[in-house]
Amino acid sequence: MSQIEGEKKLDLLITGVGGQGAILASDIIGKAAVVSGLPIRAAETHGMAQRGGSVVNHIRLGTDLGSMIPKKGADVLLALEPMEAVRYLDFLKDGGVIIVNTQPIIPVTVTSGLAKYPDVQEILDVLSEKYIVKAFNADELASEAGSRLAMNVAMVGAVSGYLPIPKEILIESVKALVPQKTIEINVRAFEMGRRKVEES
Amino acid sequence: MTTREYMLGNVAIARGLLEGGVQVATGYPGTPSSEIIDTLAARKDRDYYIEWSVNEKVAMEVAVGAAWAGVRAVVTMKHVGLNVAADPFMTLAYAGTKGGLIAIVADDPSCHSSQNEQDTRRYAQFALVPCFDPSTPQEAKDMLPYAFEFSEKFEIPVIFRPTTRISHGKSDIELGEIPTEKSAPHFEKLLDRWVMLPKNARPRHTHLLSIQQPMEDALAESPWNSLELKPDATFGVIGAGIASVYAKEALQELGLEASFLKIGTYPVPKKLILELLETVNAVLIFEELEPVVEEQVKMIAQEASLPVLIMGKTGGFVPREGELDISAFLEALNKAFDLDIEPQKRSIPLELAPRPPALCAGCSHRATFYSMRKVFGKDAVYPSDIGCYTLGIQSGTVETTLCMGSSISIASGLYHAGEKRPICCSIGDSTFFHTGMNSLLNAVFNKANITVTILDNRITAMTGHQPNPGVGFTVTGEKTVEVSLANLCRAMGAGSVVVVDPYNLEEIQEAFKAAKDFEGTSVVIAKQPCVISEKRAGIRRVPYIVDPEKCEGCKQCVKFGCPAIEFDEENKCAVITALCSGCGVCAQICKFEAIREVKR
Repeated sequence: MSQIEGEKKLDLLITGVGGQGAILASDIIGKAAVVSGLPIRAAETHGMAQRGGSVVNHIRLGTDLGSMIPKKGADVLLALEPMEAVRYLDFLKDGGVIIVNTQPIIPVTVTSGLAKYPDVQEILDVLSEKYIVKAFNADELASEAGSRLAMNVAMVGAVSGYLPIPKEILIESVKALVPQKTIEINVRAFEMGRRKVEES
Repeated sequence: MTTREYMLGNVAIARGLLEGGVQVATGYPGTPSSEIIDTLAARKDRDYYIEWSVNEKVAMEVAVGAAWAGVRAVVTMKHVGLNVAADPFMTLAYAGTKGGLIAIVADDPSCHSSQNEQDTRRYAQFALVPCFDPSTPQEAKDMLPYAFEFSEKFEIPVIFRPTTRISHGKSDIELGEIPTEKSAPHFEKLLDRWVMLPKNARPRHTHLLSIQQPMEDALAESPWNSLELKPDATFGVIGAGIASVYAKEALQELGLEASFLKIGTYPVPKKLILELLETVNAVLIFEELEPVVEEQVKMIAQEASLPVLIMGKTGGFVPREGELDISAFLEALNKAFDLDIEPQKRSIPLELAPRPPALCAGCSHRATFYSMRKVFGKDAVYPSDIGCYTLGIQSGTVETTLCMGSSISIASGLYHAGEKRPICCSIGDSTFFHTGMNSLLNAVFNKANITVTILDNRITAMTGHQPNPGVGFTVTGEKTVEVSLANLCRAMGAGSVVVVDPYNLEEIQEAFKAAKDFEGTSVVIAKQPCVISEKRAGIRRVPYIVDPEKCEGCKQCVKFGCPAIEFDEENKCAVITALCSGCGVCAQICKFEAIREVKR
């Protein structure tokens, strides 16, 4: 198990806000990895920190050691929220790929006037200076697919082209993990997310 | 053929307990340990007894009873829980066990969701019991059947200490067999073992000391410790538990020739440490939290008169606080051996808004705190406790948080010290049952003039919605008595006890006014189910909206701090988002009647 082909190794960081479904997104990838025979390690945020707070998931495909991605180690950053894309940049490789949902979630620190939310376009401009950025509004895309709640699955679709896991296995994993009656919507959201990145 | 499954560390730990033939499982919820009992409870084909106990001391004692009856038992908790259970645990080490007994105590370096960072390996040393320190979720699962056998062989309880990244890490896990044969319970009346009179305790202490070396020898031979000597290496690395995988990965990436000792059990394998020390000039010790291994290595080196440079937490090579990672190992290597490894921080020209966790939209605690503050005012003192409601710090009504159950006793202490301002403390339902009851009894008995607010959200919410004696069902969903908080408080002698609905601001504020004026210990029970459990139970309330015509932009509703209320700066008007759960409290706050239910 320790001999892993180079191209089958990928470190992915998923960032977002508690409640957005980062854990489900990472579970879809994790389950698919096991089915396709890849060793996988992942780490996630639990407990008090998930109540609307900033969350980060580490996913390491093709690794049989620890679950924590080293700083400047992630190949791809999947951000479910624009400001959260910036918060964990230390983990991304120079020249790495960022796939970002442009729909902001305003924290209570901003609504109560204690802090300011940075301009989304400015975030994208700053990120684009050093990284490859794929940005789109995944909330709207998921709505088009049938439910805003499918945003996390649309984002998994968006990152799917970078993963060393066949698309069909990922879709099977989506079907196995989302609620029964939302399978169709989620599969559609996955496909739409994937196409969005392929086309850009 | 082997079966591999993708699972959470705590699910893997639960699986390990099954593979070890667990017969009784108890625990008290605490992040990061809670999912172990949750997972075992959710199994349909259960052939073991399982419970959420009211606190860790009780959970420990129930597990001890089971182990004394000769069956395999486990008790789970988080690191601070062992402080609560320390009383039985320290003496249990003397008495020992018959059936295997594992105390799973999850540590939380970096305080991801804890009030301190204590290192449970210290407790193991203190109690003279062995400790298992897994480095990966797979190893955690594999260690548990071994730990049961070890416990039975030496007739001693063992500690199993995962850390946050083991408990909440995920991994592909290779599964083993679950045994079908289990021991039949039989309590053997060994009075010199189970009755810790001084006359019995003294020889048991001698016995406990006498098995230290045999236990260490057995552990040194176990698969959880391993030494890789590189023939040309002049320095070595010792990694303990999860820190060993960070060190190993960094060494592999750098391609450094270093001898490597991985430690997964305590007492530490002295033989292996000595073997390493004899072949190198210097060692770097990488372990999370306290310098437990480092101290042992220094003693071993000194006893053997080996002139090896030993580097770790003392000397500042490895931080003594916080969680470790690969970067921390690289920094330590840099400092220890002057390697030229590039720094890994970058600066971003953007000011980010902090995103702290907050009480959920519609959480009844926010409404309770709002009313508490309205009635008791800025000048009052607000001791609080451990749970979701600690986030009420944002409402200005959480001014102390020490440990579970302490809010009421801290309030009493403030009062007896002569504090003249009104004192209103808050505690959750589960925390009240945990250790708050003792404190209320003490407050009443010693005539503390304070107000105790019990935030009864009908569940233990923070750790993932575990039942407690107030909710009417057990861990497996079976119906049981629903203990009345109000009757309990009255039975303990509280002079004024009222139950109110925190969503009704007028009602709860009247109750707070009466409690404030009451001479003696008064109790206000703010009862309203957790919004998350309500949503899961399929209960939907009608959401609210702001009428922009009527909104004057006064921001009173925004200041309430509900995540569902935003302010539209352009139109100078409040906006309620899709997060609204329909509690209706903001509508009662608005002076201009600008907030109303969405018409169906």
